[in-house]
Amino acid sequence: MSDAHPATRPISGGRSVKSGRSTLFESESLLLRPHFPVGIVGYGAYVPRYRLPAREVARIWTGGKGGVPLGEKSVPGLDEDVATMSIEAARNALLRARIAPDLIRAVWVGSESHPYAVKPTSTIVAEAIGAVPNIQAADWEFACKAGTEAMQAAIGFVGAGMARYVLSIGMDTAQGRPGDALEYTAAAGGAAFLIGPADESLATITASYSFVTDTPDFWRREGEMYPSHGDRFTGEPAYFRHITSAAKTLMEALETVPADYAWAVFHQPNVKFPQRVARMLGFRSEQTEPGLLVGEIGNVYAGSSIIGLTSVLDMAQPGDRVLLVSYGSGAGSDAFDLLVTDKIEERRDLALLTRDYISRRTEIDYATYARFRRKLRM
Amino acid sequence: MELSRHWRLQDQRYRLVGEVCDTCGVKIFPPRDICPECSKPAQELYTFSGRGEVYSFSTVYNAPAGYEEYAPYTVALVKLEEGPVLTAQLTDLGDQEPEIGMPVEMVTRKLRTEGDQGMIVYGYKFRPALAAAV
Ligand SMILES: [Zn+2]
Repeated sequence: MSDAHPATRPISGGRSVKSGRSTLFESESLLLRPHFPVGIVGYGAYVPRYRLPAREVARIWTGGKGGVPLGEKSVPGLDEDVATMSIEAARNALLRARIAPDLIRAVWVGSESHPYAVKPTSTIVAEAIGAVPNIQAADWEFACKAGTEAMQAAIGFVGAGMARYVLSIGMDTAQGRPGDALEYTAAAGGAAFLIGPADESLATITASYSFVTDTPDFWRREGEMYPSHGDRFTGEPAYFRHITSAAKTLMEALETVPADYAWAVFHQPNVKFPQRVARMLGFRSEQTEPGLLVGEIGNVYAGSSIIGLTSVLDMAQPGDRVLLVSYGSGAGSDAFDLLVTDKIEERRDLALLTRDYISRRTEIDYATYARFRRKLRM
Repeated sequence: MELSRHWRLQDQRYRLVGEVCDTCGVKIFPPRDICPECSKPAQELYTFSGRGEVYSFSTVYNAPAGYEEYAPYTVALVKLEEGPVLTAQLTDLGDQEPEIGMPVEMVTRKLRTEGDQGMIVYGYKFRPALAAAV
């Protein structure tokens, strides 16, 4: 990897030669590693104010009997959607990055609950933060890993020297069919990351790796309000296989072991899955505890693993190594290796902490929830 | 036409962009190109911090067309810390009662939706200042 400016480098035909030492592209490597070192210059989270306890869902559908997969989930207010929530997370990321928004060259929003079927969320967000018009903008979709996909694309854009800053967001207002198991967990929230040069970053990104197969564990057809899921819903062949494969391959390629990481964050559709996958990989519960938010806010889908990362950054120390692994049904996992820098200490408190949003909590009952989520037809 | 009117208002609606008077320095919202204090031209754009306090408020039970699904809701006169007073809906009150002097901050939210097929109109509202709430 060279630090030379892109303009000073020779233009290559695009194919690396296996035997040569001076290859421009690391195409033999499974790692997704940018040409220029990049990192997170600013980050921001958002969680809506309202909470629906799982026992309230159980009261309606099971007479309060049986176990529940978490404590409570976050519910957006009537005037919130993925655009408004992304705007707030993006403003928090900009507060921490302390850069002018017109230096951003791309705004990318990953979600499975974009407000419009046709019309980008990213343009609304870019306009609201003052980043238009000299930008690229797009919406990303890949179930719960749309947010980390946008991050990988941002790493590529900045790491290729095409842009100094790119804003990537993962945000959702997930819906579960009334009475379905998903109704206990499908929640609202997410995070925004401003990706930029490593030397300006509060956490550098060493590399990432993606593991993807065609696995029909969960889907929603066009025009349908609620998702469907397969019988073997997010079990062994889906959640566990993809996350462990992504994490193991990344760690093997980087020659790291779980003990090298101060913190690890995994996609969190419920409390048990991320705890179990951490144990399978050899992580201790102390390593995953700060990033495990699902019990308090629910599964925020495209925002799930990355809002866990914001919570880790809220308390991490310079030098801490962090493993982040997302999971998206359909299916795939993106794994990232990050290293916290000393810039974290001066930037952390420039915006609201993830914990500030989690503590801002108003409990609602199922009837209010049904109104807020527009489950009543008039 | 309605669509283009929304588009021109977006800077002030999405992120409180107003003006500052070149002559006397007064901050102006909404932008009107003439300073209300000294009547000189004011065209320098100024983005407001979004922080302010509730000056007065009232609760709307019979909402006008397009806003029915949000009723009841609270509309307030908010005095921005830079001086101007503007009318806006309060949001995220939860179980908090609004009160005069309550510190609030600007958020960008859905203002209304033009039916199932129309556009979604976004703009500023104010919520209880979060730093003070936690
Ligand atoms: Zn004046």
